[in-house]
Amino acid sequence: MVDPDTAEKAAVDAQFAELYRQHLRDVYSYAYYRVGDHHDAEDLTEQTFLQAYRHFPRALEESGGRPLRPWLIRIAHNLAANHYRDRSRRPQTHIDESTVLPATHTTEDLVEGRDELKRILAGVQQLPDDRREALIMRFALGMDNREIARAMGRTDGATKVLLHRAIKQLEGIVDAKAKGGDR
Amino acid sequence: MSDAASTEFEALLRRALTPVEPPAELGARLEETLTSISLAAAEELESWELSAMRDPRNWARPAAAVLAGTAAGVALVVLRTKQRSKQRRRASKNVVDLAERTLHDALNEARRLWP
Repeated sequence: MVDPDTAEKAAVDAQFAELYRQHLRDVYSYAYYRVGDHHDAEDLTEQTFLQAYRHFPRALEESGGRPLRPWLIRIAHNLAANHYRDRSRRPQTHIDESTVLPATHTTEDLVEGRDELKRILAGVQQLPDDRREALIMRFALGMDNREIARAMGRTDGATKVLLHRAIKQLEGIVDAKAKGGDR
Repeated sequence: MSDAASTEFEALLRRALTPVEPPAELGARLEETLTSISLAAAEELESWELSAMRDPRNWARPAAAVLAGTAAGVALVVLRTKQRSKQRRRASKNVVDLAERTLHDALNEARRLWP
């Protein structure tokens, strides 16, 4: 006869391996755009999955079958907040564009829109934390309003407003940069 | 700004905030953590008192540990095999070749976990 606790643990471990496989890139992308540095993003990603593993059985129980990506991103968000509190520093202001843009965009994109994309990336870093995070979740991770709301602990309505304001503010920043010649 | 311009801006935003692939070393480090799950179950087996094994009533516990290690190991084989899928696709000449390479990879991973 199989010990039910051990068999259950094996099943939970297998589910966690699947969660890891599906969302490693999401967590890393979030971490990278949040902290703006590959080294810190790796640390944040690793800590996120280690902490997620510790609390995974309870999260499974409480999720009621809903996707666990918002829960993972919320862990990453909390760890990033602690990271800045401990080190008393703000996120890096300069995303390393040389490692992001050339690796993930076509040559045509790079020729036609590289400057504009650079301005947008720089503008995202100037947004208040909650607006920046909402944009990262929507556009880098492809999360819908409901998922973002769960990750940020807000209502769906408040999240929709937050995203709208974030986009408007970013448009303003990018326009001002374009008119000011990137000064 | 008009709706069309706004939609265009969102398209640009999507291109700027493109997903970032994690470095391979990070995946390897995290895999080690998952492997330790499998090893923990194996250690439970090793630490079992040999004398206790003489009593058939005690056989269920180590058998469950074998099962746990095997299940976690299967998850790892699948994980590692899937992670190399891009490399295999690039190297394959056709679909049959890709299937052969995938099977070969999975068998190698299984041999590493259960020598």
